[in-house]
Amino acid sequence: MTIKGKAYIAGIYEHPTRHAPDKSTAQLHAEVAKGAIEDAGLSKDDVDGYFCAGDAPGGAWPMVDYLGLNTKKLRHVDSTETGGCSYIIHLGHAAEAIAAGKCSIALITLAGKPRTGAMPPRAAGAEADFETAYGATTHNAYGMCAMRHMHDYGTTSEQLAWIKVAASHHAQYNPHAMLKDVVTVEDVLNSPMISDPLHRMDCCVVSDGGGALIVTTPEIAKSLKKPLVKLIGHGEAMKGPRGGKDLDLTYSAGIWSGPRAFEEAGITPKDIKYASIYDSFTITVLMQLEDLGFCKKGEGGKFVADGNLISGVGKLPFNTDGGGLCSNHPVNRGGMTKILEAVRQLRGEAHPKVQVKNCDLAIAHGTGGLLGVRHAASTAILERV
Amino acid sequence: MSEAKKYPAPVTNPETAAFWDAAKQGKFMIKRCTACGEAHYFPRAICPFCYSDKTVWEESSGEATIYTYSLMRKSPTGPYAIGYVTLKEGPSLQTNFVDCDLTTLKIGQKVKVVFKPTDGAPLPFFTPA
Repeated sequence: MTIKGKAYIAGIYEHPTRHAPDKSTAQLHAEVAKGAIEDAGLSKDDVDGYFCAGDAPGGAWPMVDYLGLNTKKLRHVDSTETGGCSYIIHLGHAAEAIAAGKCSIALITLAGKPRTGAMPPRAAGAEADFETAYGATTHNAYGMCAMRHMHDYGTTSEQLAWIKVAASHHAQYNPHAMLKDVVTVEDVLNSPMISDPLHRMDCCVVSDGGGALIVTTPEIAKSLKKPLVKLIGHGEAMKGPRGGKDLDLTYSAGIWSGPRAFEEAGITPKDIKYASIYDSFTITVLMQLEDLGFCKKGEGGKFVADGNLISGVGKLPFNTDGGGLCSNHPVNRGGMTKILEAVRQLRGEAHPKVQVKNCDLAIAHGTGGLLGVRHAASTAILERV
Repeated sequence: MSEAKKYPAPVTNPETAAFWDAAKQGKFMIKRCTACGEAHYFPRAICPFCYSDKTVWEESSGEATIYTYSLMRKSPTGPYAIGYVTLKEGPSLQTNFVDCDLTTLKIGQKVKVVFKPTDGAPLPFFTPA
């Protein structure tokens, strides 16, 4: 049993806002839902599957009601919560549900306003008494990974900076990007140290906004007007310190989710023309490129240097919307926007300055939680038909 | 570095109460499984490696080396250094480094456990040995 080719992405929408103090979070979910449904050329009453994560106010049943979905038709819901990669996991779960005949038109939404106001903390796990007091944040948790990666493999701040440089080259063409200025390696190194060894420009933006997807059957997708984008491989995985044995913060759960997705798709990293890689921090990108097999473990620094991730310049164009480092990071969760830009690339709808030629195979990969503590990862491989 | 920082008191629960009772006596405890022989941290009733329920408390030497760290330059309570240390007994754990110049920390450096008070049981931290 495989989901290869069983589900297509027929509708996408990214909210253009980056700051929305005058809107409610539920309203943003409704706006992105409407956008994706209209992009697909469908009606909200066609939706029979709904997927959301922890950012949806109240969870699935209040959202289904608020969004006015057709409850006589809606027959599948999934509120899997794995932080920033929730929506990549939802994409795989939607394909599984579609392949099993449990729904035929699935809506996935993400929206929220961390730039307007701080997000509520995640509920504590069994580790709370043994970790909360030490103040793990995104910055220092990823800082700990970067510090050890540098120690074990000689990775440098200059190499990490190239990831931000590449993102900024792409963001200059995105009218909605928060940071449109092209930056240099020196700019990154000269930005203030936030949590060693990560500088301010190694960190993503904080933005309001959201995005949504419509996932459907091959038959329905072919009856609609959009270019056809199908899911051919999917993987998910989790990693944590697991009792403190063999701690290794230089790799992520992508080391498991990636191969699962590539095996299902029947392709290798060499076949990928465009990569959307979660970029909460520069180190996140570097570790994930290694874990997904784009280069050997420890060689990510060399791989990303000298513009290798810049569209039209390097071998692996990545995050051509400017990504989380420059464009947006709605709800502090980058998984949705990773899928959206991958679909734009496959449809040929990316900005002409960053559109990859003959883009027929793309990857969208993300993580959720903290790479330096415990996290989830998910990988989706998409093909233009 | 200022040590006026106030730390939250552990909530504790039946599975971990013995750890916090020992902490009040200045003892740093880990759990060891008598079925597979592996030590783990934080403490669980069921061994996370072999799923045996034959886990027992063991006092750790409190001696460790720094696996990694990151110095958070700013926070509402000032700079702090978070990291992981690997205990002489094997398990690695998350902690903060205290009572030292936070800018001189190094991976591989030897550290030892030190307790800091809260309104409840004291919390374990690490400082250069």
